[in-house]
Amino acid sequence: MTTAAARPIGDVILTLEHISLAFGGVKALADISFDVREHEIRAIIGPNGAGKSSMLNVINGVYRPQEGTITFRGEVRRNMEPHHAAAQGIARTFQNIALFKGMSVLDNIMTGRNLRMRTSFIEHALHWGRANREEIENRHRVEEIIDFLEIQHIRKAPVGKLPYGLQKRVELARALAAEPSLLLLDEPMAGMNVEEKQDMCRFVLDVNGQYGTTIVLIEHDMGVVMDISDRVVVLDYGRKIGDGVPDEVRSSKAVIDAYLGAAH
Amino acid sequence: MDTRLDTFPRLLLRNAQQLGAHPAMREKDLGIWQTWTWRQVADEVRALACGLAAQGFSRGMHLAIIGDNRPRLYWSMAAAQALGGVPLPMYQDAPAAEFIFVLNDAEIAYAVVEDQEQVDKMLEATAQAPTLAHIFYDDPRGLGDYEGVMSFERLQEIGREFDRAHPEFFEAEVEKGRPIDVCVMLYTSGTTGKPKGVCQTHAAFIAAGSGGAQFDNLTQHDSMLSYLPMAWVGDHLFSYVQAVITGMTVNCPESADTVMSDMREIGPTYYFAPPRIFENLLTQVIIRMEDASAIKRWLFHRFMAVARHCGAEILEHKPVRLIDRAAYALGDLLVYAPLRNVLGMSRIRVAYTAGAAIGPDLFRFYRSIGINLKQLYGLTETCAYGCLQPSGGVRLETVGKPAPGVEVKIADTGEVLLRGPMLLKEYYKRPDATADSIDAEGYFHTGDAGFFDPEGQLRIIDRAKDVGKLANGSLYAPNYIENKLKFFPHIKEAVAFGANRDEVCTFINIDLGSVGNWAERRNIAYSGYTDLAQKPEVYALVRECVEKVNADLATDPALADSQVHRFLVLHKELDPDDDELTRTRKVRRGFVADKYAVLIEALYAGKTVQHVETQMKFEDGRTGIVAADLRIDTAKTFPAHVSKAA
Repeated sequence: MTTAAARPIGDVILTLEHISLAFGGVKALADISFDVREHEIRAIIGPNGAGKSSMLNVINGVYRPQEGTITFRGEVRRNMEPHHAAAQGIARTFQNIALFKGMSVLDNIMTGRNLRMRTSFIEHALHWGRANREEIENRHRVEEIIDFLEIQHIRKAPVGKLPYGLQKRVELARALAAEPSLLLLDEPMAGMNVEEKQDMCRFVLDVNGQYGTTIVLIEHDMGVVMDISDRVVVLDYGRKIGDGVPDEVRSSKAVIDAYLGAAH
Repeated sequence: MDTRLDTFPRLLLRNAQQLGAHPAMREKDLGIWQTWTWRQVADEVRALACGLAAQGFSRGMHLAIIGDNRPRLYWSMAAAQALGGVPLPMYQDAPAAEFIFVLNDAEIAYAVVEDQEQVDKMLEATAQAPTLAHIFYDDPRGLGDYEGVMSFERLQEIGREFDRAHPEFFEAEVEKGRPIDVCVMLYTSGTTGKPKGVCQTHAAFIAAGSGGAQFDNLTQHDSMLSYLPMAWVGDHLFSYVQAVITGMTVNCPESADTVMSDMREIGPTYYFAPPRIFENLLTQVIIRMEDASAIKRWLFHRFMAVARHCGAEILEHKPVRLIDRAAYALGDLLVYAPLRNVLGMSRIRVAYTAGAAIGPDLFRFYRSIGINLKQLYGLTETCAYGCLQPSGGVRLETVGKPAPGVEVKIADTGEVLLRGPMLLKEYYKRPDATADSIDAEGYFHTGDAGFFDPEGQLRIIDRAKDVGKLANGSLYAPNYIENKLKFFPHIKEAVAFGANRDEVCTFINIDLGSVGNWAERRNIAYSGYTDLAQKPEVYALVRECVEKVNADLATDPALADSQVHRFLVLHKELDPDDDELTRTRKVRRGFVADKYAVLIEALYAGKTVQHVETQMKFEDGRTGIVAADLRIDTAKTFPAHVSKAA
């Protein structure tokens, strides 16, 4: 990872244009366009079923939209493929934690280094010099992340035994282990208490500030979103109803109606 | 000892010469224990001292040191001492506002701190502490774009350049040091009034450190874990002074949360902890045993009974029946040794506890599984050195015999007086306080009431000023009652009231970990401390403890009148951030009495419930209000056993 002094927001790195996604007759996303700039924290918000997670899944290639284009770092695609996304430095966390419950925190985070490993299974099995050096290098990177996210005390604990808030942090750690340039966070603070949320906010801001990682995050908690993001996209029933800096979004009538219910 | 080895910088240079390749410090970083030998430590200290000198730090100045136990912070102490300056460690968990008094009192211009959190606090404090001009930090994380602060690396770089330009400088500065110079200033948190800066000389701490080291035969082959606040005199004596004197290895844990596992990895031979840490460890063991399989539970309880029966006697080499010895040996194989291993205490030769009274069950538990746990008595003003329990002569209720070089006298008032080379030089800028505490014969007035038992061991009763009388004239020692209550794992803190009253009433703080676990096992749902504290089941649990204490007090004719009549469980935990406790976690009795006057009134008015609202500070500095309707409960009292049937 490089320490980016370039926290000032840069050029557009990801553009989504006219994205539409339907499952049978259900329209999950309808003609959505927005962009993400280098080093920014971009939030996607909206009520339940608004299409937030679908949007994230389109960005990293899990879903293929029927219409629209995705431009990432100058490459225009009809749709992203998961392995392209990973190879180009996009990493993500999941709304429902997707860790290996029986494995230790350390091993879980090590799996995030998978893409960075060049030596073969056989070499590792034989403790070949090259494989050992690579292992040490990877372990070192993982330890830096453990230090960064302050999870030294659970390094060797099996993930399944940890409280929810810590599991979320381990998932973030695994995503960071891939040294992403674009990090997608799916409800990183869902189900957390106030203190855990505060911690998580600080870590998200630290990741962004220290490594310059661009972050796209989905979040339910309006307060959190408004505090930490640079720009916010608002979805409702698969349509985009707002886009802008937090203050604009907060005062937008369409957004208030979607969240609080409008008197029709 | 060589007479030239009379200051800490000289001792450090001796270690670099004679124990150059021996590990001086270890710190777990990025998952691996990093080691520095004494030669490396001396080099680091030299670079640091030169750096500080290049930045204008000079003889007589004070260097604030704030942070967790990090090698670099210990080196900063040595560097300040090498230049004839005075290191001044402060409690790292205190908010900025608390630093301001000390920063101004000691006119501090230089500070070495651990990380961004502490840098922020220092910067916040500079507005009201204008002398503070130089801030250096250890961990650069998050500090990239800060201005006006300097990293530790940069400071050492400047130091190495300075050293090349002035190669004689460092040795010349060390040469100027005198044993009568002040080597460290430790602020007493004080249960009353403003903190006072205790000035200790090289000679005093060397006398205390080497006296203790000889007493327990400490050598360079010993090793200890340094995890207690650096601003506490105990940590200074054990982790810095004795390490430099003996050349033993000091290990710094990875973080405050990893102390347990780090301790297991290091297996220290020398250990020091206040009673609450021993209690936490035991609570964890008991909770884990309750979750263990039936056969393991049976083994544990079976052999702990054996250990209670004869463990402590075996440790003290007293005569024990052969059959008991055999049972204990089997227990050691199956239970005690694995347990010691889990606790990280397999290699412990000597362990001390001090700072508060330790419960009889707790003390006996550790001794019975073969850990040589002893008590000591000392104060900040005496370098934490006064009385020590000799191995083989350990008694629960005493704090040991006068340590080598220390004279102990009991004044006519019952106050414990100490004299010896380890006494403070003075309270900083407080000649009045210095004169008050050291009398014409050179005895230091400790403020503790105590007496010698027939074997010549010192027994401490209470703080002298707290000992009073009930309205009917009988003796009232609040600490004594509180300690008895605190020996129950469910009770974390207790504050007794009763001076000049008819009867004794108490506030109780439950232990959230222990009572929380107890509640979980009984399917009692609760949302947090305030909620749990007011559950009727919890009151019943606490009442049981209070009544056991009453039954015990009833057997002592002098104290039978001190039985607790009424009590309440407080709605919040007493906290140093709210000024209710000192940083060393001692209750500030007067402050608590004033703050909760309404509750005391309710206790004595015989109410059964009282509404209370209290402001509290959260860790991030914000304040909030906790409000609750507190229940007040009555405990059964017992007639005094000895006569007094009326």
